[in-house]
Amino acid sequence: MATDTELQTIEEIEPFEAAEEINGDGVVLIDTREPHEYQEAHLDGGKLVPPGLLADEIATAAPDKSARTILYCRSGNRSALAAAQMQKLGYENVASMSGGILQWQEQGLPVVSPSGMTPEQRERYSRHTLLPEVGVDGQVKLLNAKVLLLGAGGLGAPTALYLAAAGVGTIGLVDDDVVDASNLQRQVIHNTERIGMAKTASARIFIEGLNPDVKVIEHNGRLDASNILDVIRDYDIVVDGADNFPTRYLLNDASVRLRKPVVSASILGFDGQISTFVPYEGPCYRCLYPTPPPAELAPSCSANGVLGVMAGTMGTLQANEVIKLILGKGNPLVGRLLLYEALGTSFTELKVRRDPDCPICGENAEEIPESEMGQFPDYDAFCAGAGGDR
Amino acid sequence: MATVKIPPVLRPKAGGQPEVEAGGGNVGEVLRSLTGEYPETQDQLFGDDGELNRYVNVYLNDEDVRVLQGLETTVEDGDTVVILPAMAGGAS
Repeated sequence: MATDTELQTIEEIEPFEAAEEINGDGVVLIDTREPHEYQEAHLDGGKLVPPGLLADEIATAAPDKSARTILYCRSGNRSALAAAQMQKLGYENVASMSGGILQWQEQGLPVVSPSGMTPEQRERYSRHTLLPEVGVDGQVKLLNAKVLLLGAGGLGAPTALYLAAAGVGTIGLVDDDVVDASNLQRQVIHNTERIGMAKTASARIFIEGLNPDVKVIEHNGRLDASNILDVIRDYDIVVDGADNFPTRYLLNDASVRLRKPVVSASILGFDGQISTFVPYEGPCYRCLYPTPPPAELAPSCSANGVLGVMAGTMGTLQANEVIKLILGKGNPLVGRLLLYEALGTSFTELKVRRDPDCPICGENAEEIPESEMGQFPDYDAFCAGAGGDR
Repeated sequence: MATVKIPPVLRPKAGGQPEVEAGGGNVGEVLRSLTGEYPETQDQLFGDDGELNRYVNVYLNDEDVRVLQGLETTVEDGDTVVILPAMAGGAS
């Protein structure tokens, strides 16, 4: 049959041969794949002519039928068929690159990646980019995102682990504590060898070992009214896993001022709760909890214990919220509070509404002048006094 | 009867259970039947004026009773009343 004969006469060349030829003059390079494949990565100088459009577009991409023309596709099949088609159209010097761009990359030859992702990144994040909700564009958003974790402990550890694995490009960590043996039952980014090390430093070692794409910024200290605006200003999203109410209220007030979304969770025993506060789109932390509880109603994990895996469950839910916010996909927990009770394995969802009288984000909240942006109430006094006169 | 979900911090004062059954025609009556059964919960839920403490959120099913009729909100058989104080555990 004619087709068989033509296919047999197609010249096939190896990637390294193609690479040598491409370096010379007068070679036309044609990419015979679909646009989305081309967008992800292509050979430098390759002109896109999808198979279905070859008859219409090849004359523009390769006007000289006597010029040396090299075709490639993903693995070598489509380019062979296209080469046959071009020979029929009168092209005299066509070759198909065997093995396609896959083999080209396997041999370490360079590609152009308009997305800015390296071949290593395309491999590492391939299970993300296969998802229509993420794709290459979404992965690039993750790589460019800056997320601040308040606390590198129970909640911060699993959140950091999954955000780092997901390729969130910059992860800031605020913590003034050192790794203690009693942390290791739940704080999975630290380990036995690093007992005594600053948690931010220990977290950095873990994150950098997991994913070299992530830049870690250590804030080894505590957030207070004097530094919070400067610390959170450069981040896109803040994750609140703070262990005390003064910090939670301070973070809320500062994040509303700077309009930074906050993913907030807390855990105790077998119980956890999580919500996402996006300033002026939904309620803030004060709309949900206008005043902190008295000390006897607000015990800490150190006094009461916490099931280790609870930190993982709630921390990874926080990571999920962060990733959705970065991608702009799905429905984050804005205006919703999710409660999880681990003994019964039950979830309860509650509605949280913006409080029109909220002193921070309500309709009547006073506009804060620039000169007072960094001035906050005394949260320690505010929280210590709570419940005292009730 | 309504199901009352008890937060972890109140459980030691309410028989240790995550939820209890309590009767009443409105949210206030349901909570008072809880405090009648477990008197130690009284001070945690209510102030001296008989109003709910501001730091305790109460939900009928998934809605904050503050946006309904507060303690007067009608409770039907099978409804869930959620008691929710703020929690801050996380990092330590």
